[in-house]
Amino acid sequence: MDGAGIVIVSHSGKLSTGLAELLHQVAPNVQVAVASASSETLGTSAESIRSAIFEVPQSHHVIVLFDLGSSLLNAEVALELLDSATQARVHLVDAPLVEGAVVAAVALQSGLSWEEAVRQAQNARMTPKIAT
Amino acid sequence: MNVEHVRAWLYGYRDRLTAVQGLLDELDNRIGDGDHGTNMLRGFRAACEHLGEAASPSEVLHKVSMGLLSTVGGASGPLYATAFLRMSQAWRGMEDISIKDLANGLNAALAGIQQRGGANVGDKTMVDVWAPATECISSDPTEHGVREASRAARQAALNTRQLVARRGRASYLGERSVGTCDPGSVSSAILFECLAITLVEGMEADPWTAQVL
Repeated sequence: MDGAGIVIVSHSGKLSTGLAELLHQVAPNVQVAVASASSETLGTSAESIRSAIFEVPQSHHVIVLFDLGSSLLNAEVALELLDSATQARVHLVDAPLVEGAVVAAVALQSGLSWEEAVRQAQNARMTPKIAT
Repeated sequence: MNVEHVRAWLYGYRDRLTAVQGLLDELDNRIGDGDHGTNMLRGFRAACEHLGEAASPSEVLHKVSMGLLSTVGGASGPLYATAFLRMSQAWRGMEDISIKDLANGLNAALAGIQQRGGANVGDKTMVDVWAPATECISSDPTEHGVREASRAARQAALNTRQLVARRGRASYLGERSVGTCDPGSVSSAILFECLAITLVEGMEADPWTAQVL
């Protein structure tokens, strides 16, 4: 297992597809899948997260990033429903959604490991946006 | 409790949700995002659609869980789905569910809700209802215990009015969440009431109205 892809879980379809667009610009070779409600409703579902995970090639690790509240609950349920081999390559990462996704995508694009991409996404929380 | 009873329990619950949807939305509107009734009704309508095909109590609950997971909504969807999934696992291979088996299933469900949501008793969540109601049936696995569970669940849901929310969207309100009953506790109390109506002869629905809440 070598590469890794990213799954974006958001209550808003526009937010997740917009973020995927942004990631495509900075990391064109990184596979990004989105899981969210239809364009009419806001919310997340475990089923949509599960199918987004399977959009990433089976030979890849999957870095799952999520927005608010029930998106984590649903991601955890989706993970619970997977077989153990798939579970082992799916990683729920606690990170700010936009910043975390961008640094993870850039890390993967530059050939770094999935572990390093996860570490950088988690660290995005600590990186100030306004220099002091 | 056989497969027909389990189906009757869930169909009864879906029908009650139809009646209280507006009330649950109104409660949620005060301390959350206003869609608990709508989400619960949408979820259980979808979840009840294919129950006729299930052959055992465990399968019925598994289908409910999967139905809830494929409908979009707030935190209540994955929490109720986890509860039914764990109960379904506890009943695997059983055709007839004794009240003792029911207690085991409910305990597994409660553990699942707590694991997933991280809430404890007193946090103003559905755990405030599931914990005492499950305890009633565990300590007295008879029809009487099931009736008591329904009563305890109702009281516990009403008691959440005094609590400060520590989990979910309502927790953003802090002290301002006091004065409104937790909508997830009310929907949980109705689930226990529907269970008692299914299992206990002569048990009738106690209406939930804006006056009560």
